[in-house]
Amino acid sequence: MDFNFTEEQDMVRDGLSRLVREQYDWETRRAAIASDAGWRPEIWAQLAELGILGMPFSEEVGGFGGGAVDAMIVMEEFGKGLVVEPFVPTVVCAGGFLKHAGSEAQREEHLSAIIDGSRVFAFAYAEPRGRYNYADLETTAKKDGDSYVLNGHKAVVIGAPWASHLVVTARTGGGRRDAEGVSVFIVDKSADGITTRDYETVDGRRASEVYFENVSVPADALIGEEGAALPLIEQVTDEAIAAQCAEACGAMKVAHAMTLEYSKQRKQFGVPIGKFQVLQHRMVDMYTAYETAVSLTYLATLKLDAGEKERKRAASSAKVGVGQSARFVGQEAVQIHGGNGVTDEYAIGHYFKRLTIFESEFGSVDHHLKRHISLA
Amino acid sequence: MNLEFTPEEQAFREEVRAFIAENYPKHLGDVGLREDLSREDFLAWHKILGEKGWSVPAWPTQYGGTGWTPTQRYIWSEENARVNAVMPLPFGVSMVGPVIYTFGNEEQKAKHLPGIRSGDVWWCQGYSEPGAGSDLASLKTTAVRDGDHYVINGQKTWTTLAQYADWGFFLCRTDTDAAKPQEGISFILVDMKTPGVEVKPIKLLDGGYEVNETWLTDVRVPVENLVGEENKGWTYAKFLLAHERSGIAGVARSKRGVEKLREIAANETVDGEPLIEDFEFARKVSQLEIDLAALEITELRTLAGEQAGKGPGPESSILKIKGTEIQQRLTELTLEAVGSYAAPYYHSVANDDGSNEYPVGPDYSSHAAETYFNMRKTSIYGGSNEIQRNIITKMILGL
Repeated sequence: MDFNFTEEQDMVRDGLSRLVREQYDWETRRAAIASDAGWRPEIWAQLAELGILGMPFSEEVGGFGGGAVDAMIVMEEFGKGLVVEPFVPTVVCAGGFLKHAGSEAQREEHLSAIIDGSRVFAFAYAEPRGRYNYADLETTAKKDGDSYVLNGHKAVVIGAPWASHLVVTARTGGGRRDAEGVSVFIVDKSADGITTRDYETVDGRRASEVYFENVSVPADALIGEEGAALPLIEQVTDEAIAAQCAEACGAMKVAHAMTLEYSKQRKQFGVPIGKFQVLQHRMVDMYTAYETAVSLTYLATLKLDAGEKERKRAASSAKVGVGQSARFVGQEAVQIHGGNGVTDEYAIGHYFKRLTIFESEFGSVDHHLKRHISLA
Repeated sequence: MNLEFTPEEQAFREEVRAFIAENYPKHLGDVGLREDLSREDFLAWHKILGEKGWSVPAWPTQYGGTGWTPTQRYIWSEENARVNAVMPLPFGVSMVGPVIYTFGNEEQKAKHLPGIRSGDVWWCQGYSEPGAGSDLASLKTTAVRDGDHYVINGQKTWTTLAQYADWGFFLCRTDTDAAKPQEGISFILVDMKTPGVEVKPIKLLDGGYEVNETWLTDVRVPVENLVGEENKGWTYAKFLLAHERSGIAGVARSKRGVEKLREIAANETVDGEPLIEDFEFARKVSQLEIDLAALEITELRTLAGEQAGKGPGPESSILKIKGTEIQQRLTELTLEAVGSYAAPYYHSVANDDGSNEYPVGPDYSSHAAETYFNMRKTSIYGGSNEIQRNIITKMILGL
């Protein structure tokens, strides 16, 4: 049992922490998310240069031989600065599908482009009526000679406006919600028949509704085996859950620190409000919620390569526990900031918003409690 | 970073598991209520471990500790929890023992440590008073110097299992004019057979007899029973409380408790279906398991910190709060699980012939309510969970 980070991992954390501190300060972020682009490609290029985008990939494919713990470190630092750049969709999700199930040709084409920062992905898994069930798909992919033809509507595809490529889940067989018949494709977003409706998300990112109308993709766009992708999707989304739990931990850590600092500065009744025991104990409970969230994030991350059931239980445990902590810490942080907490001007509200939306990605607390029960 | 145990740790687990299987007293195999145990029952495992040299694993090796790493100690507690073992009581092993070997003189170490290790001497804790609970420093029991003796007068309360105790460690005020209440307190060892010591039982709401009032009237104690310096007892008292908190999380025991709860809920039925398949109930069990998993990793992180040389710090307050909340939730769910059979009062329906057979309801229901009531103590003792929050406020949040 070992909870230490390697020297390399400490260096990565230090480097990222500096980058976020020096180049991702609050005003710069605010301007960037309000700009037309909504993100900063130059930050993405720096991440590539620092080797961050290639960290979780093996050396054979041009990566740096890291793994889930490295992704955890990256996302925790991103969470501290509310970094919007799409590390999870591109590196963890698209990279994960390619790593686990990509053909040699697919890896060659896409992985090096992910690692050098030239290709950004979004993961189109959600649908308007599918909620958090990855098999509840109305989007179809029909085999047509040497190609597949995709039709459907993918919902809230995070980072899609920035992406050149999409990873898309679609039904190639079976009935709606069947475990069998689910497939995954890599699709060039500029393909004929794809239209998008782009928008801002409440937590400062960008997303799209993506519509497929008779979009023809070559047969080699399929990742893994046709109709048998559900276990693969669960593996990759468990990896995404672990990474986003780390992001939430980073955001919680800062939200707690900001609240603590505010309670030392803000005076009422002639004393700093941090002197009031009723607030002290709430901040202790926030701290405890954060610490338990970190523990569950470690658990999810370190069990990603365990047996299937163990991995799923750990990921769902984390999504439940971290989700509950995130909601609690966010709400308490705003409450203790008083009126200032509900203004756009104060940073705390933006942490609250990210911590809130975190829960709705890759399954809510209730969804994962159910999944945990089913794995008992 | 990884969660795996090393091959050496796995081998250690095998070794202690085999030792427990072979040596743990068979008649203590499935203890229901601890208050039903005799003095001998409480000490049985302690004495076996004392002979083996395993009764005080966490002590420095020169005082009889095993030299196990924190991870090994964690494995040890897990393996004992698997058989629901009646472990050595904390009052000697985890409380006064570390105070004596850290702050006591050579005579005190030679006199008291062997009896704690072997289980031959039973210790009790004289801290709380009727007027000094969370505000422990306001204690009023006095020890007045009279030649070679202190004369102790006062009343202690919540003295756990003092009815069996040979010795007690008492916080007494030796300077009534000190500037702050924390100053002027001394840590004194008292032979419980000394004239003037009187132990009176307090009946608890589960019907059991676990704690006492301890009255001290003109109790004459030789001055050599003072530990460390006079008037510096508060320092030793706090040191002891930090030690008391580590291990208080009870993760291994709670894991065993969840297994037991699942067994009960698989046996109970709702509309003909197992209770464990009832969504509302299953949701609560899953939530408990998730919170327990979080606590377990948090404890392992703390242990890793200890292994790296950090002592039990204020983080142990988190373990105390979360650990006791989970222990209480576990007994609460067990109470819910047994349904109507929570109601029969154990002492009213137990057999008079001394047999263990429980005549009313399923066996597993026999102590559900008593245990639930008994476990309300956990968030109150060892510094209430509110006091733990005060500690975190001061030591971690810096407020």
